[in-house]
Amino acid sequence: MKDQDLYNYILGIADNSLILGQRLGELCGHGPNLETDIALTNIALDLFGQTRSYYQYAAKIAGDGRTEDDIAMLRNERDYKNVLLVEQPNTHFGHVIARQFLFDVYHLQLMNALQHSEDEMLVAIARKGVKEVSYHKRFSGDWLKRLGDGTDESKQKIQEAIDHFWPYTDELFDMSDSDKKMAEQGIGVDLTALKDEYYKQISEVLEEATLTIPDNPYSKRGGKQGIHTEHMGYILTELQYMQRTYPNMTW
Amino acid sequence: MIDLHPNIDAELIPILEEVADPEIPVLTVLDLGVIREAVIRNGKVLIKLTPTYSGCPAMDVIGDDLKAAFLKKGMEAEITLVLAPAWSTDWISEEGKRKMEAYGIAAPLEETADKEALLGNKPLVKCTNCGSTHTRLVSQFGSTACKALFQCEDCMEPFDYFKCLK
Repeated sequence: MKDQDLYNYILGIADNSLILGQRLGELCGHGPNLETDIALTNIALDLFGQTRSYYQYAAKIAGDGRTEDDIAMLRNERDYKNVLLVEQPNTHFGHVIARQFLFDVYHLQLMNALQHSEDEMLVAIARKGVKEVSYHKRFSGDWLKRLGDGTDESKQKIQEAIDHFWPYTDELFDMSDSDKKMAEQGIGVDLTALKDEYYKQISEVLEEATLTIPDNPYSKRGGKQGIHTEHMGYILTELQYMQRTYPNMTW
Repeated sequence: MIDLHPNIDAELIPILEEVADPEIPVLTVLDLGVIREAVIRNGKVLIKLTPTYSGCPAMDVIGDDLKAAFLKKGMEAEITLVLAPAWSTDWISEEGKRKMEAYGIAAPLEETADKEALLGNKPLVKCTNCGSTHTRLVSQFGSTACKALFQCEDCMEPFDYFKCLK
């Protein structure tokens, strides 16, 4: 493939949205109440919409007859480039909100920066995405504050969730070889430049939520290289079931 | 640059006016401002459609409905989805906003007021049932991604508010 690096770069962004969207989709009909249920699945919908735009573009770049659906449904685990954070299970509402917030802050930074890409299509997707993602961040940030500054139980649960996900945040700023090449060409975003601002923003909201900022230097990584946690296989099993069982089926 | 007057061939307007948003059936695709171009080239209708939200499931339905509406008139339509410039609630026509309110969905406020209302700072969204602005945000997301759920504190009516998207 001529533009292998661009293809890899797009998948690196898109896979985060696909897998997080899939995780949120699991909550459809299972949210703690109707409003949050609808909110979380609407966020999933935004993420899937963005994913489709990326995959359609990636399919065009691949130019080998593969479609957006093939890219979404027919890859093997090692070929998915999402970070470990987004594949972590929902466990309880505190986990859902903590995972979402830790991703949303990064995602909004990425969408803002990607609007300055040299690639016209990525700019178009980012300009659309930035509006949606800023709303996601508002939702998860509000809930983080509500739970942190809420009851003793909600505070304890959201703190536990933040502590649990903290080691996964560092990977968000890892850059693959393709990421680096794309950043050099002005197409991709230099993720390392976003890091300080990320932790600054997160810390501000945690403080406002009366929560403790974790002091844990340990980090977990590997998703961007295709080395996923034990949860990934289960997600893909559900996501890919129909296409694997009934190849080429359509709705 | 936002183009409020997309390039649409006059003869296609009556047909476009027949195609409604499946989620808000009182709004036509023209009211909604999602048609960015509609022209006849070599006997074919070429339509550029822009999504409201990236994942809006209504877009696929609108695309199919457009094709069907033109087919009924013996015309073949080709739909292209365009992302840029990104859709904004400013593109909903004044007529569309009136129809939306009559249907029971509060129309988007301008950007600053929208932010105040959605952050719960000021009650600015007008109840579609009794007209009171004594309303409160129930949920940031309503029945679809483009709406938020409000409730009137005077008449107690729950209603959707179409969020401002800029």
